[in-house]
Amino acid sequence: MEHMGIEPGRLQFSWVSSAESTKFVSVVNEVTDIIKKLGPNDRFVKKDVRVA
Amino acid sequence: MTATIDRIKEIVRGVLTDCRVDLVIGFRKGTVAMMNEPCFIKSPDEADQLVWDSNCGINLANYLANRTGKIGIIAKGCDSRNIATHIIENKIQRDQLFIIGVPCQGMVDRRRIIAMFDGEVREVVESDGRVTVKGADFEKTLEKSELLQQNCSLCTHRNPVIFDEMAADPVEEQQNVDRYADVKEIEALDSGQRWEYFEKLLEPCIRCYACRNACPLCYCPTCFVDESRPQWVGKSQNPVDVRTFHFLRAYHCAGRCTDCGACERVCPVGINMRVFTKKLEKDCFENFGWEAGLSPDVRPPLDTYSPDDPDDFIK
Ligand code: SF4
Ligand code: SF4
Repeated sequence: MEHMGIEPGRLQFSWVSSAESTKFVSVVNEVTDIIKKLGPNDRFVKKDVRVA
Repeated sequence: MTATIDRIKEIVRGVLTDCRVDLVIGFRKGTVAMMNEPCFIKSPDEADQLVWDSNCGINLANYLANRTGKIGIIAKGCDSRNIATHIIENKIQRDQLFIIGVPCQGMVDRRRIIAMFDGEVREVVESDGRVTVKGADFEKTLEKSELLQQNCSLCTHRNPVIFDEMAADPVEEQQNVDRYADVKEIEALDSGQRWEYFEKLLEPCIRCYACRNACPLCYCPTCFVDESRPQWVGKSQNPVDVRTFHFLRAYHCAGRCTDCGACERVCPVGINMRVFTKKLEKDCFENFGWEAGLSPDVRPPLDTYSPDDPDDFIK
């Protein structure tokens, strides 16, 4: 995805077990912070409707 | 070339006469120059229709998935790798097949040849590594090695990897080719430039799906782009929908694509969508040392797990 031009950081992967609630919270917070810094996504957003 | 096709015909006649196969999938001359078409040969006397030259770029493995009965198939290097992939994926059984292997020296890039001349190219004849292009009022002889499709000029598996009989002696494999120069160029761009690059690349796409239809890997009974419940991807010409189709199709081909070039070859508007599949091919090679379809007996990286698989993208 990043190769295709999605900004680095917008796509994140994590592995959180159902027993790891604290890890879940910290991952969510961390991802939210990173994404907030990146700002609104303007790639992969449909700006107009086009038909053939 | 003539010796090869004579030998192919001889083998085909033999396997059909002995009823070892019900049909043989091969190529016959198409209606326009440089467009040989796939054909199904069902009786020994039809074998004379077969041709073999540098215009056989379509991947014949595409006609194998889920076929029943005994099938003969003519396979160059890449076709044989896609046949191996079909066997791995249970789309065909090895014992159903009689594979006639043909060492390949590359297919010519018909678009490049057409672009070189003003008039219509009516005929292209080959001999000894040279091609003669003829039109109504021109004729020119060119070196074949300079006219190859890009994927063929970078190919390192010209000899079939599985076969029952070879129609010619193996050819020398190309050494020291940088298979991924084009992907590296894209990787060197920054994120925004890459976005623009693909935006431009896909701009002319009319979503005819010819690339998907020509690809032997795209055998799903209902492709995700055709599903309407749920509708995974919009059906419009909106660049977001077009891009979603292309990158998702590429992902579906990850670890399976042999860079046969059939998809690019059939595109009516000349898009090189192989840059998507090649990136994944490169990643598979670098991370897992994997090249698709080299053996029907080795499981591909996407369905095997090893504790030392790279995982630093997971937090
Ligand atoms: S063959 Fe070309 S135009 Fe058709 S869907 Fe594929 S990339 Fe688009
Ligand atoms: S994606 Fe294209 S190059 Fe890869 S196997 Fe399919 S048709 Fe061949």
